[in-house]
Order: sequence, then structure tokens, then C-alpha cells
Amino acid sequence: MRSLLIGLGLSLALMAQAKVAPNISADPALEARMMVIAEELRCLVCQNETIAASHADLAVDLKNQIRIKLTQGQSQQQILDFMVERYGDFVLYRPPLKRNTALLWLGPFALLGIAVLMLVLNVRRRRRAMQHPVMSDEDQAKARALLASPSDTPTHN
Amino acid sequence: MTSASFKRFLPLSVFVVLVGFLAIGLTLNPREVPSPLINKPLPQFKLTVLSAPDQTVTSQDMLGKVWLLNVWASWCVACRIEHPILVELAKTNQVPIYGLNYKDKSPAAITWLANFGNPYVKSLVDADGLVGIDLGVYGVPETFVVDKQGVIRYKQIGPVTPEALRDTILPLVKKLSAS
Repeated sequence: MRSLLIGLGLSLALMAQAKVAPNISADPALEARMMVIAEELRCLVCQNETIAASHADLAVDLKNQIRIKLTQGQSQQQILDFMVERYGDFVLYRPPLKRNTALLWLGPFALLGIAVLMLVLNVRRRRRAMQHPVMSDEDQAKARALLASPSDTPTHN
Repeated sequence: MTSASFKRFLPLSVFVVLVGFLAIGLTLNPREVPSPLINKPLPQFKLTVLSAPDQTVTSQDMLGKVWLLNVWASWCVACRIEHPILVELAKTNQVPIYGLNYKDKSPAAITWLANFGNPYVKSLVDADGLVGIDLGVYGVPETFVVDKQGVIRYKQIGPVTPEALRDTILPLVKKLSAS
């Protein structure tokens, strides 16, 4: 009786587990290939997650689509193209370099370039300022005169 | 501009540009991802009718008229918000509305329509969501405007609002019906 109950409990637990992950393929190699592709795709429901990481309904459905297409013998590129046709470039976690994404890709480098340029200009200007002392002849004469004259300022001691 | 005054205003101008970008950013909705299917033919489908499971409708059957395809589900909360608007629209007979009952249980969907009214000429059953994937649906509700040639001309992401209907959808329907 007891073993029957344990068996029943176990099979219930297994059924519960099967319900949580209904679509996982028995083939680990297929599953691994699916995950590689799923890592490349953005979940549009939870936009900062890949569909590999997401448990949203749509992500589960799309992972299932990837499995089906892999078993049909489609390549990674074919599957990514399938997704882009339906959801646009935004579905790709690494957006392609196109005219409308150029700012996204090149903007940081342009900002870095501007920063480096400003740094170089600044350093050069300072170096030039160090090489040429700023005191004019007139200033020097004034300083000399001040040093030569007896001090008329009060001292602290 | 002299170099000194340029230098003085540089931080301010950088700040103004930054504020400009951020202000534009605030007006955009990152949830609205433009569909690549606009001006592309509606994907092929063959689906059963919700109220009559022995009937099917294909994408070819829909050619020759301008129509709305509204993706809905009984589990979808936002659908309830737009539903009265669709019911009102259906009464005016300006454009036929077809439903795509997305990843739903048919009995629940039928009860839902009985409770809240049925604006649809027909609701088509997409129980596994595969037609939804072909349509690039990523949230419910979504509404497509399809022209006489079966080309998708507009996609409303999220509930149809009275403003969207008045300013965008109905003028487009009128224009497409006239051509």
C-alpha cells in the first residue's frame, strides 16, 4: 500500500514536471542548437531578455518553432530570417549594421573620437603654455622693482 | 563667435542637445515595435470559425474587400477596454471586423463574446498561435487593416482607441475602399 502511494506520488510529481516544461526536446543536441539561436533573439514581450532566458508565452512558442524548424533541417540563418520577416530587426539581440542603425553602432566610437581629440588639443595647449612663460618684460621689470624696494607691508611676526 | 564665448557656451549647448534627445525619447513608446509586415501580403492561413467549427476561412476568401483583423482572446484584459469601441464600430457598418481568437479556449471565447457583445463577422480560431507568429503578433490586442489585394496596410499595437479609429484607421479604410 505504502509503495503504491509513493509510486502514485512520484508519478504525480513527474506529471507536474511534465506540465512545467512541456516542450523540451528529448534530444540534448537539438536543445543546445535551439538555445544558441534563442540567445540571438529578443523576447518582444520582455524586451531586455532573450527568448532563451524568457518564460513568456510567446518566447516558449518561438523556442518551439525553432525546434520544429531545426528538425526540418533549416539552418540558423534561415530561422533568424524567419523571425526578422515577422518581427523586424528589433527581434535580433545584435542588430545588423544598416543605414538606420549606423548611429547606434558608430555613435559611441564617434563620441570616443571627439573625446580623444579634445584631450589631445588640451594637452598640446598646456604644453605650449609651459614652454612659453607667461610673464612679459613689463611684468618682469615690475617684479624686480617690487623685490628691490624695502617692504612696506606689515609682517605677521 | 570668439573662442572664449564658444567655450563658455559649449557645456550649455551639449546639455540642450542632450535634453532634446531625452525629450524625444520620452514621447516614444518602446513597446511599439514597427511591424515589417506593413505593405506586405497577409500571411496565408486556413482557420476554423469560432462559432461554426466545421467551417474554415482562408486568406484567399478575404480578397476583394477592405477589412480589419482584430487579434483578441478571452484572457486578454486590454481587449475588454477596446471591445466596446469595436462593438460600436461594427454597428456603423463602415468596415467588416474579423477576429483572430489567439491562443484561447473556444468555450471561454464564445462565453466572452456572449457577455460583452460580438462585433465580428467571424472569429477565426488560432488556438496554437501559429498564425499569430506569422503575423508578428507579440501582444494582444493587435489590429490589422487589410486592403482589397490582401496587403496589410496598418497595424494598431494595443487597444484600438477612439482617437486611433478617428484619426488613422477609418480615414485609411475610406481611402483603401475608394481605390
